[in-house]
Amino acid sequence: MNRGEGKLSVVVDRVDTITPMIKRFSFRARDGGELPRFSGGAHVIVEMPDGEILRRNPYSLMSDPADPSRYAISVRRDEAGRGGSRFMHEKVREGMELTISMPVNMFPSDRRARKHLLLAGGIGITPFVPHILELAAAGAAFELHYNVRTREQGAYAEDLARRFGDRVHVYETDLGEGFDLDAILSDQPLGTHLYVCGPKGMITDVIGRASEFGWPGQNVHYEEFLAPQPGKPYQVELARSGITVEVASHQSLLEAIEAAGVDAPYLCRGGACGQCETAVVSCDGQILHNDHYLTDEEKASGEKIMVCVSRFEGRRLVIDR
Amino acid sequence: MTIVFNEETFRDDFTFRNSPVAIKRFPFPFHEDRYMYSVNIEPHVKTAPGSVYEHAFDVDEHYVAEMRDRELVLAEDPLRCQSLPHMELAGWDLLELIMTSKAEDYPDLFELYRDGDSWRWINRPLGIDDSFTFGDASTLPYGPMEYITRQTQGDFALLDQRDGNLWMDAGIVTTQADWSLDFDIGMNFFEWHGPVPLAHDMRVFERALKFLLNLQHGKPARRLNWTMTINPRLDTSPENYHKWGTDRATVTPENVGNLVHLRVELQTFWRLPRSNAIVFPIRCYLIKMDELVTVPKWAKRLHRVLKTLPPELIDYKGLSRYHGMTVEWLSRYDDGSPTSPGFFPDDWQDFQR
Repeated sequence: MNRGEGKLSVVVDRVDTITPMIKRFSFRARDGGELPRFSGGAHVIVEMPDGEILRRNPYSLMSDPADPSRYAISVRRDEAGRGGSRFMHEKVREGMELTISMPVNMFPSDRRARKHLLLAGGIGITPFVPHILELAAAGAAFELHYNVRTREQGAYAEDLARRFGDRVHVYETDLGEGFDLDAILSDQPLGTHLYVCGPKGMITDVIGRASEFGWPGQNVHYEEFLAPQPGKPYQVELARSGITVEVASHQSLLEAIEAAGVDAPYLCRGGACGQCETAVVSCDGQILHNDHYLTDEEKASGEKIMVCVSRFEGRRLVIDR
Repeated sequence: MTIVFNEETFRDDFTFRNSPVAIKRFPFPFHEDRYMYSVNIEPHVKTAPGSVYEHAFDVDEHYVAEMRDRELVLAEDPLRCQSLPHMELAGWDLLELIMTSKAEDYPDLFELYRDGDSWRWINRPLGIDDSFTFGDASTLPYGPMEYITRQTQGDFALLDQRDGNLWMDAGIVTTQADWSLDFDIGMNFFEWHGPVPLAHDMRVFERALKFLLNLQHGKPARRLNWTMTINPRLDTSPENYHKWGTDRATVTPENVGNLVHLRVELQTFWRLPRSNAIVFPIRCYLIKMDELVTVPKWAKRLHRVLKTLPPELIDYKGLSRYHGMTVEWLSRYDDGSPTSPGFFPDDWQDFQR
């Protein structure tokens, strides 16, 4: 692997329809070699050349970290979204060449843990698949509780349940099932680390209850990719580049900057890593901070904006880019 | 390129020396005539063939002697190499990174054969030919980190990433500029840096930490740091201060050229893929003043840098005892004429050819 590239050329190896809403895509390296190793919880950014627009969306890797021949991701179709998942579902076929980023992990396991307690909801299962394979290979103690609407949507969990038996618990919410959070949280050995990935409401609920049960904050981990929210179109002046860009209602500020040919740093594109932090030069209006990287004080100060997910409403915004 | 390995020592009789080639490729750390603390991080990409930046892990004429010195340090003090239990996977990551890099960069010196988890590693300079199972530490004579770093120049810190911080949870440190792994093990980024004069004001550590937390696999970075050492001693550890601290009192105006050494650390930063840890190799290069002044540009520049160095930094770097004498000695090689921009000697292009 050459130092300094940060991107991978891959070929779509296989597309599987898991449910009408979920497709699984498998990639192999275009040069036929091994793909870089990754750790459970890592994601890649998939570049999608969709006509005039180059979309870049993050997806958790869900393949086996021990197998460098393939990567796999799952994409849930989001009709109300900005188009990335529709592109993946409608345009991406076996044999297609794509560019993806090197894996980045913002949701790793803590290897000091005596036990790993994994709570998943819906498509939030994806980062836990490599986590579980990794933990099982290392002989670590783990337990997965997975809420899914129907059995068929729980396809991945079926496979895990077959392999790991009573360490995997699947609940069908359409049948009124669901994990008993209080029972689970109140009966864990010391040194257990908790990981949660799923819908926003579930994450908030789990974190809140864990705190009430006295779980130390450092033992509670979550991953929530914030998709950039659509909003009203607006203009932003890029001070260093000396240009003004138009941000369309279904475009993020970062995408508008990139579309204008200006290079901007990013890693997660989901408001979590802090890499795209940009200084605000002047602001006459309101920044709609959608990230969970900046502190409340930083958001209130109006001096910084995370361009991957945040927007602006008002008369004039000038940023240092 | 064939490397002839020096027969030399870094203790007792101090026979360490730099060949003319080693002098030319010395990582001189000053790109201008003044020095101020900065983060100065850049991508660790292949640059300047022949330089120490060409390969992922530079191997030079001091390799065999440095590895022998490391062996001596570890025999006296095994605590120079420590790894907390959760860091073994990061050790395998490091072993893989170094073996694959060296086998690719120096095929005449190192060879690696892999068949799944069955690996065979040949290190010709050190006469090693080992077969082992990747991931199974019982098939190696040491843990994976210790095994590979006993064969690689430079100190290594393995940093675990969690809670938005980095933790020094493993490492091997035998060539350090007065810091101790045994003291720092388990500390986080802010704890082990402690107070550095003139640095906290500039919030450089906050920025450096954010950079490192977002460091990506496949995009390593590097920076240079420097200090000065009396005698070509690699192991200037706090544990052995009683052995080297007094060296500083032996400098006289007559022996500056032979005793005073510029000590440069080539620090690199790598994200490790299987463990999500960061490895921080700190490679030490030494050059005595007599050797350094054979490059006229460096003689002039080092004179000016030392002369204008803020008092806090003279103190922090432990130069107080001999700083004045060294500036005075170097002044003989500085005619006041301008120096060219950049780090490299003026005849670097000829050297590369």
